[in-house]
Amino acid sequence: MVGGPCLRRTHRNLRRTGPLKKETLAAINEARRAGRAIVRATNLSTGEDRLIDPLTDISPLGEAAAGAARADQSGPCQIEGQNWFLAVFNPPLDLAIIGAVHVAQPLAAMAALTGFEVRIIDPRVAFASEARFPGIRLCHEWADEAFGKEPLGLRSAVVALTHDPKLDDPGLIVALRSRSFYIGALGSKKTHAGRLVRLKAQGFSDSDLARIHGPIGLDIGARSPAEIAVSIVAEITRALRGSKRNTAAPVVV
Amino acid sequence: MSQGAETDVLATAAAWIGAGRKVALGTVVKTWGSAPRQAGSQIAVRDDGAFVGSVSGGCIEGAVIEEAQSAMRDGKVRTLEFGVSDETAWSAGLACGGRIEIFVEPVH
Repeated sequence: MVGGPCLRRTHRNLRRTGPLKKETLAAINEARRAGRAIVRATNLSTGEDRLIDPLTDISPLGEAAAGAARADQSGPCQIEGQNWFLAVFNPPLDLAIIGAVHVAQPLAAMAALTGFEVRIIDPRVAFASEARFPGIRLCHEWADEAFGKEPLGLRSAVVALTHDPKLDDPGLIVALRSRSFYIGALGSKKTHAGRLVRLKAQGFSDSDLARIHGPIGLDIGARSPAEIAVSIVAEITRALRGSKRNTAAPVVV
Repeated sequence: MSQGAETDVLATAAAWIGAGRKVALGTVVKTWGSAPRQAGSQIAVRDDGAFVGSVSGGCIEGAVIEEAQSAMRDGKVRTLEFGVSDETAWSAGLACGGRIEIFVEPVH
């Protein structure tokens, strides 16, 4: 009945409270399947359990739940003298990869492990094939069309990998008009400079364009497609969570 | 559903219940100091001791699983607090010197 070497149990309190109802668990899973954010509030003294829609509940507890959902951070809170624990269940993170190129293969797998729902967008059926991307959702469309059907949101990241302006640019234009927390584009400094000139001609300001991470990925000297994928996943994670070393604030989701 | 995501825990819990098994959940509700898993991290434990998810870097899962099995038997919710206790103060210099509170609840 003891913990491992680094932590030992110091207190144990039995509560009068009831168990988690199967129906509550089913409702949480149903919200997640539907892609809706949901917050479970548990009163730590009485065991009262409430499922809160953080977008519509305007009670004080609802407001606290909305704050927790925006910050993507579960935790305790005190409302009107009662101690609650807010467990946040946000919809999955969305990674839209434009271009079913080689780097996209390890990137899709790594991002899925990191918790993203991945979609590969490429009208070239020969590239975006089930054989090359087993188990990954493939959209055989132009990126602007794909984003018209399934819009980018606060929990979206967009990565353009083709280096081909006619495939990448329409997607980047939609991404820049969205609230995606991360936009990245593969290509050398020269390629990226050309991209910025084209996008500027579309009316985007310098501060708009500064949202694009280009050349994409953290500078870790990546060479192989899998190493480049590591650098991209790391950069996306930094954009999502912030970094202790880097004072840039994390993006609030 | 994405692989490896936190939320796989609840889907697995629901699947176990659907298969007629007993299940209890453990949730990190509070941490002090350095803690390997943040508040909201969950573990689902089946009556036979199988589990998915985590509430620490592996230091307290064994104890949480035992408590989860007790919770399935007595139907009661409990909170557990883990930290460096007096008799283990010699280990206070370990990297993982934080405290952590876990809420354990059977699913009925």
